[in-house]
Amino acid sequence: MPITDVYSATTRRIEILDKDGKVDEALLPSELDDATLQRALELMMRMRAFDEKALTMQRQGRIGTYGSMRGQEAAQAGLALAIEPDDWLVPSIREQGVLEACGVPMRHWFGFCKGDERMAVFPGVNALTPSIPVGSQLLHAAGIGMALELRGEATAAIGFAGDGATSEGDFHEALNFAGVFNARTLFFIQNNGWAISVPITQQTRSATIAQKAHAYGIEGVQVDGNDVLASYVASRDALRKVRAGEGPVLIEAVTYRMESHTTADDHTRYRSADEVAYWAERDPIKRMRAYLEGRGLWDETRHEATLKKLGDDVEAEVARLEDNAPPPPTDIFDHMYSAMPETLRAQRQALLDEIAVRGGNGANHG
Amino acid sequence: MAEVSAGRTGSSAAPRAVAEEKRLNMVQALNEALADEMARDETVLVMGEDVGPDGGVFRVTEGLIERFGNKRVLDTPLAESGIVGSAIGLCVGGFRPVCEIQFMGFIYPCLNQLCSHAARLRNRSRGTFAVPMVVRMPYGGGIRPPEHHSESYEAMLANTPGLKVVIPSDPYEAKGLLIASIRDDDPVVFLEPKRIYRAFRQAVPTAPYEIPLGEARVAREGSDVTVIAYGAMLQVALASAKKAEAEGISVEVVDLRCIVPLDVQTFVDSVVKTGRAVVLHEGPRTCGVGAEVAAAIGENALLSLLAPVERVTGFDTVFPGALLETHYLPHEERVLAAIRRTIDY
Ligand SMILES: Cc1ncc(C[n+]2csc(CCOP(=O)(O)OP(=O)(O)O)c2C)c(N)n1
Ligand SMILES: [Mg+2]
Repeated sequence: MPITDVYSATTRRIEILDKDGKVDEALLPSELDDATLQRALELMMRMRAFDEKALTMQRQGRIGTYGSMRGQEAAQAGLALAIEPDDWLVPSIREQGVLEACGVPMRHWFGFCKGDERMAVFPGVNALTPSIPVGSQLLHAAGIGMALELRGEATAAIGFAGDGATSEGDFHEALNFAGVFNARTLFFIQNNGWAISVPITQQTRSATIAQKAHAYGIEGVQVDGNDVLASYVASRDALRKVRAGEGPVLIEAVTYRMESHTTADDHTRYRSADEVAYWAERDPIKRMRAYLEGRGLWDETRHEATLKKLGDDVEAEVARLEDNAPPPPTDIFDHMYSAMPETLRAQRQALLDEIAVRGGNGANHG
Repeated sequence: MAEVSAGRTGSSAAPRAVAEEKRLNMVQALNEALADEMARDETVLVMGEDVGPDGGVFRVTEGLIERFGNKRVLDTPLAESGIVGSAIGLCVGGFRPVCEIQFMGFIYPCLNQLCSHAARLRNRSRGTFAVPMVVRMPYGGGIRPPEHHSESYEAMLANTPGLKVVIPSDPYEAKGLLIASIRDDDPVVFLEPKRIYRAFRQAVPTAPYEIPLGEARVAREGSDVTVIAYGAMLQVALASAKKAEAEGISVEVVDLRCIVPLDVQTFVDSVVKTGRAVVLHEGPRTCGVGAEVAAAIGENALLSLLAPVERVTGFDTVFPGALLETHYLPHEERVLAAIRRTIDY
C-alpha cells in the first residue's frame, strides 16, 4: 500500500506593469496598439471621473448610499478590453466601471444608487441587475455559463464578486457547478483586501483566492489587479478558453479599495492610513500614465484635454439622470407578477385611493 | 442584582423602583445588555460580520472586542450559514452565542441552519441538546437604503416551530428583552427596528433586568379601539392614538413584544374592553402577524367585536426602492383611517 501524492497545484501570478510604470516587454501583448493602450488609460480615468462625481452627489443628497470603486479601475478596465459584445455580465455592487466600459450609461448606476428601481436594468449589454446578497450572483453566472455550454455558443458568462464573497457557500457551489457542467463561465474576483472591516487575512486561511479554484478542478490565476495590462492578458486568455468550452476559469485580481466600503462606512475605524498610503503609491492610473508618457503616447496637454472631456460627459449624464421624472407609486406593484393577483390589485387600488384622498400628485408625505 | 417590574403600563413617565438610570438610545441600550451579559456569564459570545473593531455596521457591538477580547467577540468570515451553523456547534460545546446578521434581508443563507437545526435540535434529541443562541438582526424600513436592507419578514420566522421571535419597541424594552433572550435556553431571533435605533433616548436602568418573553404590554390605555403593534410600528401606533384623541376617539395600544410566544390574553382582554381592533405591522399582509392576531381575536372575542378587525400592513410586494419607500410603510394617516373605519362601521 504505497503512499503517493494524488494532487498538487501551483498558482500563477501575472504582473506586467510595475508601480513606477515600467513594463516587462516580454509579456506585453502585441495586439495592444498605441490607440488601445491610450484607451486603457482613458477607460480608467473615465471610471474615476464618474466615481468622484458619485461621491460628491452622495454628499449633496442627490443619490443614496454609494460604494466607490476607486483603486479598482485597472482590474475592471483590463477585463473590459477583453470582453466581446455578446458576453454576459453578472455584477455585484462594485462593477460600475466595467459596465460603463461595456457601454452602460452611468445614469443607470447613479439611478440605482438613488433607489430608482427602473434604472437597475442595463440597456445595450447582456447584463443582469446588480446583486446585493453577497456571492449569490455567482451561481447565476454558473447557470448562464451552463446554458451557453448546452447550446454550444462561443460566448462567456462573467460572474463578479469580492474577496469577502468567497466565504459564502454560494461561491463554492458556483465553482463546483461550473466545473461539473463545464460552464462557459469566468469568475472574476476582485480581492480588494477588505470586506467592509474584515481584512482578507481574517476572511480565509488560504494564501490566495485563485488556489480555491483548483479544489474544484478549474483553472485559477492571480493578477496584479492594479495593472491594467496584466488584467487584460489574464482576461483575454481566460475568456478565449471559456468561450471555446474548454472549462471555467477564476481570476483573482489583487487590488485595493481606496475608499470606505460605502458612503455609510468609515474605514478609519479599522485600517491604518499607512496601508492606504501604500496602495496610493500603487495607483493603477498613475502607473499607466507614467508608462504611456515614457513611450511618448501621453502628455500633460492630452491629460488635461481628456479630463475636460470626461468632465463634460459626466455632467451630461447627470443632467439626463436628473431630468427623469420620479417613478409613480404604482411602480411598487406593477412588476411583481406577469399577471397581477386580485389581492394585490386591491392593495394597489387602496394606495391610489389614499393618495387621492390626501390630494396632490402622490408625492411622498412627511 | 436589581430587577425592575417588567409590566410597564401607561406613559413612559410612570415611576419605576430603580435607583440608577441613564438616558440611552436603542443602540446604547442593546450594547449595554450585551456587555452586562458577557460580564455576568463567560459562556456568552458575540459573533458576526464586522462585530469586532468596527463595532457592527450599526455600532451595537461597539467596544466589546476591546473589553472582552477576540475569544469572546468573533469577527467572522462573510457567511451567514457559517455564523449560525457554527453557533449551533458552539452551543453544543457549552457556549451561548449571540450572533449578528447584518440585515434581516441577508438571513436567507442561514435559514437552513436556523430552521433545520437550531429550531429542531432540542426536539430531535429529545431534550439532550439545547441551542441557547440569540440571532440579532436589524429589520424594517425607514432609512431609504439599497435593496434587501428593509425587510420585515418576522412572520416567516414565527411560522417556524422551535424559534422564538422577539421585537423590542424602545430602548427600555430592548435592554430587558435582549437580556431575557440571552438567558433563554432556546434559540431566539431578535429583530431590532433599525429605523428607531437612534430616534430617541429613554431612561434605562443601569442594572441588568429581564422582560419575560411572551408577555405583551399595554403601552397606552384607551377605551374605544385597540391598536396592536410591535417594533418600529409601535411609535406609529402611539402617534396615531394621539391624533385620534383629538378627534374624540380613545385608543388603547398593545405592544406585542414577542411574536413567539404570542401573548393572546393581553390583546384579547383589551379588545373585549374596547370592542374594536386594528393590527399594525410593516411586513407583508398575506399570512402576516396581523392574520394570526385577527384569528385569535375571532376565536376569543368574537361577540365583543363591534367592527371587523382592521389590518394596516406592508403590501404583498418587494420592499420598494428609496424613492417609493414612504408609500409602502404604514404611516399615521393610514392607521388613523383604519381606526375611523372601526368607529364608523
Ligand atoms: C449575504 C450578505 N451578507 C452581508 C451583506 C452585507 N455586505 C455588503 S457588502 C459586504 C462586504 C463584501 O465584501 P467583498 O465581497 O470583499 O466585496 P467588496 O465590498 O470589497 O467589493 C457585506 C458584508 C450582504 N450584502 N449580503
Ligand atoms: Mg473586498
